[in-house]
Amino acid sequence: MLGPTVAAYLVLSAILFATGAAGVLIRRSPLIVLLALELMLNAGNLALIAFARQHADSGGQVFALAVMVVAATEVVVGLGLIVAMSRKKVELDVDALTELEG
Amino acid sequence: MILASLAGDVLVWVVWVVAAIALLASGFAVVLFRNPFHSALALILNLGSLAVLYLLLSAEFVAAAQVLVYAGAVMVMFLFVIAYLGGRADAPWASSQAAVRVAAVVTCVVLLAEVVLVIALDARDGLSSAAEITEGFGSPRELGRLFLGDNLLAFEVSSLVLLIGAVGGVILGATVRRGEVEE
Repeated sequence: MLGPTVAAYLVLSAILFATGAAGVLIRRSPLIVLLALELMLNAGNLALIAFARQHADSGGQVFALAVMVVAATEVVVGLGLIVAMSRKKVELDVDALTELEG
Repeated sequence: MILASLAGDVLVWVVWVVAAIALLASGFAVVLFRNPFHSALALILNLGSLAVLYLLLSAEFVAAAQVLVYAGAVMVMFLFVIAYLGGRADAPWASSQAAVRVAAVVTCVVLLAEVVLVIALDARDGLSSAAEITEGFGSPRELGRLFLGDNLLAFEVSSLVLLIGAVGGVILGATVRRGEVEE
């Protein structure tokens, strides 16, 4: 395999996942939270494809495509929720959405 | 011959380093930018550099799907919604409680340290060598065979998930409109 080993790709994927997790936990705009969630899903995909290359098994790539399907669906539903929230004049701020708090 | 393979190795390294820097910088930018529109544009760069890394890992079909589905369709939808919402999506940057911010950063740093430690422990033996790949690895032909053979159930469930997502999107968009008419 030319270039860096699989471990280098995995470290990249770990950093990307941590960045996305920080975005989800810290940011307050629901749009940015969705974008950071995409970062986390893509970090998982990178790890899957790196392992698929290491074992020379395309099964990991099939898994990554399935993750892509789930991510696209999640974006549709998430953006639909955000648009519905904005139509109902709910404040678009994750910290302000405390109605379900116990 | 040796010289040619050495040049190839250097080239792959250069492409990898450029893609990795673009990946991490745009990833940080997504989280740091105040304006959601700028964050979405940074995410497009992020997805593009991921596609380059997929190509380096011989995943040609996934790289193409990444550009088409993610950087194309999903991001266009994101940009449309951000443009539709305009200034209403500009929430304060970070959580108001300092404890939440600190806990979030600590969680992410610990998570990262944990994963990197495990990778470093395994880097010498397990992860240093990759198996030899055949000609068709990552090609549409092989993935199609896997999808319609071993992973047929996953393929069918994916289509069901997409259908449910589409229906959910329509319902989320429509119920509010019906409420508006009734008012």
